[in-house]
Amino acid sequence: MSSDILEIKNLNVSVGQKEILKGVSMTVRSGEIHALMGPNGTGKSTLAQTVMGNPKYKVTGGEILLNGKNLLELQIYERAREGLFVAFQEPVSVQGLRFINYLRTAYTSLHPNERLEYKKFVDEVKELLAYFGLDDSFIDRGLNDGLSGGEKKRMEALQMLILKPKFIILDEIDSGLDVDALRVVSRAISRARDNGAGVIIITHYQRILEHIKPDYVHVLIGGKIAESGGGELAKIIEERGYEYYKGGEIDAKVE
Amino acid sequence: MPRLNENEVEDVRKVNEIKYDFVTNVKPAYQTEKGLNRKVVEEISAEKKEPEWMRNIRLKALEIFLSKPVPTWGPDLSELNFDELTYYIKPEDRKANSWEEVPKEIKETFDKLGVPEMERKYLSGTVAQLQSEGVYSRLKKQWEDKGVIFMDMDSAVQRYPDIVREHFGKIVPPSDNKFAALNTAVWSGGSFLYVPRGVHLDLPVQAYFRMNGALEGQFERTLIIAEPGASVHYIEGCTAPTYSQYSLHAAIVEVYVKEGAKVRYTSVQNWSDNIINGPTKRAWVEENARMEWVQGSLGSKITMTYPSSILRGEYASTSNLNVALAIGPVWKDNGAKVVHAAPNTSSKVVAKSISGKGGMSVYRGQLRINSGAYNSKASVQCDALILDDVSKSNTYPHNEVLEQSAAFSHEASVGKISEEQVDYLMSRGIREEDARSLIVLGFLDDVLKEIPLEYSIEFNKLIKLEMGKYGAVG
Repeated sequence: MSSDILEIKNLNVSVGQKEILKGVSMTVRSGEIHALMGPNGTGKSTLAQTVMGNPKYKVTGGEILLNGKNLLELQIYERAREGLFVAFQEPVSVQGLRFINYLRTAYTSLHPNERLEYKKFVDEVKELLAYFGLDDSFIDRGLNDGLSGGEKKRMEALQMLILKPKFIILDEIDSGLDVDALRVVSRAISRARDNGAGVIIITHYQRILEHIKPDYVHVLIGGKIAESGGGELAKIIEERGYEYYKGGEIDAKVE
Repeated sequence: MPRLNENEVEDVRKVNEIKYDFVTNVKPAYQTEKGLNRKVVEEISAEKKEPEWMRNIRLKALEIFLSKPVPTWGPDLSELNFDELTYYIKPEDRKANSWEEVPKEIKETFDKLGVPEMERKYLSGTVAQLQSEGVYSRLKKQWEDKGVIFMDMDSAVQRYPDIVREHFGKIVPPSDNKFAALNTAVWSGGSFLYVPRGVHLDLPVQAYFRMNGALEGQFERTLIIAEPGASVHYIEGCTAPTYSQYSLHAAIVEVYVKEGAKVRYTSVQNWSDNIINGPTKRAWVEENARMEWVQGSLGSKITMTYPSSILRGEYASTSNLNVALAIGPVWKDNGAKVVHAAPNTSSKVVAKSISGKGGMSVYRGQLRINSGAYNSKASVQCDALILDDVSKSNTYPHNEVLEQSAAFSHEASVGKISEEQVDYLMSRGIREEDARSLIVLGFLDDVLKEIPLEYSIEFNKLIKLEMGKYGAVG
């Protein structure tokens, strides 16, 4: 098992004039699963977008370190090459860009020293498509083009497995998934963790955590971590609701 | 076309590493004086020892040329001065049928373009032209034995005068437009392809056109005849070195697609950015026949080309796929013409263009469904991608549907690369410039997959090169 470490230290983030994250800290190690929970509009997605480097989100304070390296100084693609992967809530589509061509370019970009055997790679992708209940035709389809919400989520999860990142942030991967899809995506997350990845699951609901047990749970309210605990915290939150942390909520919806 | 294996792809890749921008040091065997008049036209005809009827066609076309104004409805052609061009340059006195016979300097030119290698591996036949004359032609024996003819057009006039005379200038008469009149007056070279009834060529034939000097005119003339039930894929590739002064390329292509025949005409021009390119290409498509135009327009300063299909017989069909790159100070005026002149005919036009760095791309199309062309179907789709704020794209569709029972659709889109797309691809480790080229290639995908592999690799390479220069935009 590898021993990588992702440290988010006292992170402050603004969009436009509005401060959304107000000093968030988290440390994730290889093989750990963290759940970042909270009601809508408290800055959960902001955290994912900021770690990946979306230029719309301005870091006004704090640090993000991957194995001690300051990610904030890196471009988006360089962060990915350090081993970071974000499964987006609403991945964009690119018409005509065949999934397999895209995926191969991504893989060789992320693993430049590996000699990629194309046929083996394609077989592996097909196998994973089957694992996620998708047929072979997805290989040649335009990237996310014409896919349903649930299909996009499964394709994001597929990439999470094949691209072998060190750290994975899943931004509401559970929204729009039916029970069966949720089960297989949860299994995929466990598989990534078993392969040594550190995982942050961002979610509003406790539903996905019935399928996959987090090691740590953090509650994000109003741009701050209101409470952190072990896996059992998810259940407690479910019982008492986010209203328990009243007063801390802000509207962090970004247009 | 059969799929290439990985080694073959590698060959093609090597071939495509070639720089086009080199000049062949060859002293012409003969050339006419600058400018165009009756004497020049008579000289060309005499030099070619042509029959009287061809000489008369030329002289009549010259009159038409002189009486027609330069078109002003499209790109600015004011630079074009017909008096300073050289209309006929003959690089060599004899024509070769094997690469060994080709003079050293000329052979080197085509070696650099990778032609002999391509011929050996992927083609049924080859015609190569330098400046005004075909310098090499060869057809594999199996096809010769079946009665296929593939040679340069001048040789065809000498050896098959009856077939040429019957078909020459019927589809594109000199009165069609100024460039067509010019070509008919001074034409030289080009290819003649005749496919007898029921013969299917499994590998394409290819013609290579190479210009060499500044203020040169290349006016090749191509005639393709596919007899009933025949099928063939004809490819043309065009290149030239760069000069500070322009050269003019004005070809005519006439294609006869007879009953139940099928012709695919793929044209990839990578002229250097000093070439003014104005070919006229047209096909007559008979009953149950099919004509496919595939065009990749990478280079040139100005291109005006609108391949046309006249659907003359019932159930005739055509497709026209067109990709144009207008990057830099260039004007690409591309399009398609289709006339539905019989019932149950169908057509599909897909045009994609990319403009950047001040480039202008125009789609200019004409579609006509005649009254009485019952149940005909036509669709036109043109999509433009604009890479920056200084580049432009325009669409001028001209559609006339005169038949009530016909079905017609027209779709057009103009887009930019979205930064969200670029960011998403970057989040998977892909560099910004690579992300942009992937998006552009995706935009072109449905047309690129129809282009022969060696050219789609060329497209890939060029787009990556161009997108590399766009790295900092955002």
